[in-house]
Amino acid sequence: MATIQPATTNNKIVELKDVFKPGKSLGQEAWSRLIRNKASVIGMIIISFFIILAAFASVLSPMNPLEIHSGKKFMPPPFDAGATNIKAEPEYLLGTDSLGRDVLSRVIYGARVSMMVGFLPTAIILLIGTSVGMLAGYVGGRVDNLLMRLTDVIYAFPDLLFFIIVMVALRDTPIGQLMNGLLLLFAALAIVNWVGVARLVRGQVLSLKQKEFVEAARCIGVKDSRIMFRHILPNSLGPLIVSAAFTVPGLIITEAILGYLGVGLRPATDSTSFFITSWGTLMLDGQTAINSQPYLLLAPAICVALVVLAFTFLGDGLRDALDPRMRGTQ
Amino acid sequence: MVTYLFRRLFWLIPVLITVSAVTFIIMRSAPGGPWDTDADRRQVDAATAKSLAAYYGLDKPMWRQFMAYVIGDTNSQTKEYVCGMICGNLGPSYRQRGRTVQDILFSAPEGKTFWQSRFGYSIRLGVMALAMAVFIGIPIGIIAALKQNTIADYVALFIATSGISVPSFVLAIFLIIIFASKLHWIDIVVDDWTQVKYWFMPMIVLGFGTLAFTARLTRSSMLEVIRQDYVRTARAKGLAERAVVFVHMLKNALIPVITILGPALAGLVTGSFIIETMFSFPGMGRAYVQAIGQRDYSMIMGTTLIYAALVAIANLSVDLIYVFIDPRIRLEE
Repeated sequence: MATIQPATTNNKIVELKDVFKPGKSLGQEAWSRLIRNKASVIGMIIISFFIILAAFASVLSPMNPLEIHSGKKFMPPPFDAGATNIKAEPEYLLGTDSLGRDVLSRVIYGARVSMMVGFLPTAIILLIGTSVGMLAGYVGGRVDNLLMRLTDVIYAFPDLLFFIIVMVALRDTPIGQLMNGLLLLFAALAIVNWVGVARLVRGQVLSLKQKEFVEAARCIGVKDSRIMFRHILPNSLGPLIVSAAFTVPGLIITEAILGYLGVGLRPATDSTSFFITSWGTLMLDGQTAINSQPYLLLAPAICVALVVLAFTFLGDGLRDALDPRMRGTQ
Repeated sequence: MVTYLFRRLFWLIPVLITVSAVTFIIMRSAPGGPWDTDADRRQVDAATAKSLAAYYGLDKPMWRQFMAYVIGDTNSQTKEYVCGMICGNLGPSYRQRGRTVQDILFSAPEGKTFWQSRFGYSIRLGVMALAMAVFIGIPIGIIAALKQNTIADYVALFIATSGISVPSFVLAIFLIIIFASKLHWIDIVVDDWTQVKYWFMPMIVLGFGTLAFTARLTRSSMLEVIRQDYVRTARAKGLAERAVVFVHMLKNALIPVITILGPALAGLVTGSFIIETMFSFPGMGRAYVQAIGQRDYSMIMGTTLIYAALVAIANLSVDLIYVFIDPRIRLEE
């Protein structure tokens, strides 16, 4: 008595997902290309390391970065104990500064400011730049013209000089004192840098606008806003991500330069402050003690170099991953 | 061509006016005035401050002050017309009494040539750094491209990547600590900049980033050219390798490289202020940093304007150089 199993699939159309394996999405494909690139993986590891350092600075730093240890000025680190005639102590891994504060703890806290300066303005820049660039590219006409004239002027302004002028002039105003002067710095960085992003997005939109899929979307009556956000924006994400990866280190360098010139972050003196010191400010301190305690200068300098190098590796990797045609030509 | 040049030069005017307006507004919104001195120095009393403000025209409304800065104005006390920025007058320095900004930047000390002025020093350092970048960077790029995916290529790429990413002042810190502080090979405190040997260090530090960028750009544009049909044709017809490389490849591959030289020089001249400060180099950049430290607003403003003009002219030079070296590009619209 063999019962015949009813064939379930025969009387209906085979489902699409049974026939076609869903392919990897573009993002997944780019990701797998990215993690095959050794340099960018190293870059990502370094960046994550510094992000963790910045986030958990209060747990990871061995000492209070503001505590002044009297009589322990300019101590060399234990591994370079014979460098000066001041005795090293093993608990100060990178020695102490001119006031007897632990250099390692200060460098760890410096990571916090540098990471914030790298990422927060970049987010603002991307937001403003993308919105204005999309609008200018999509609407065109007068909006577009205005944007282009504005970019001409901002490009002519040497940007570092603009930051310096803003920081010097507005430092003592109430705005300049918020968040130890960082808010003003964020604002100045954003004002100059959104323009580049806007120009990039505008160019992308102008070329994508002519593509068949946008025309098709328009033919079936898709609203403008939906075309902009669902059709054009995802397609221009690649260059945008790459430019963001190169913006972050640029901002970190800018902060370091401004701090080094003494117009960046105001060094905090009370330990309740979230932003204690920055790498640039540390280098300014270290400049005067270059012979007695070179690690005060060297440690933040190495950190800046490492972070920037890591972002360059990641940026190059992202460019190759997101646009394989460009591979090896840059 | 000539009309294009004039149109572009004409465009410089609104750009420079906007730059000066922005700088002017930011500078004037700074709290405190030029007569505020440090608390420990002798204070300017109210009556003197008032007459000083009248003498320098600082009691007038903002727009009038700006016009005076750009075009010029009659002095209310001496009744004579003082020309402004358009005559090259950048106003008196607030901190170095009795000297104007243009005097500080462009005048050499007694008996010296223009090249001994602050501006002259900066220009010379910038040109030297650019020359180093070009004469070392381009050959590195060519060798890397010709020997793609060999050790030479990887070494060149490593130099290029690290040179582009490590900021020049961080590089300066490394080099100063290694060569001056540890090895005592070089002197950092220099009194006599007429000796050539002292120029090497700032030149290397300043030019290294541009060198790396030039090498990378040369390599990538050479790699593009190597795959072109006309290069294969040149090889196929039996030309010597040297002729192929120098005549057929290089001539085309250098076009993008040459176009970045203008902005690169502007970047070197304007970007040098940290390097100049670190090496106590007597140039315009160090004067600028000192002005920041002293809050010498008119000096900061004047220097910013000169920098902006340099950048604008450098960007203009790109388009012009393009026409001369690449006959495929025409500027007439």
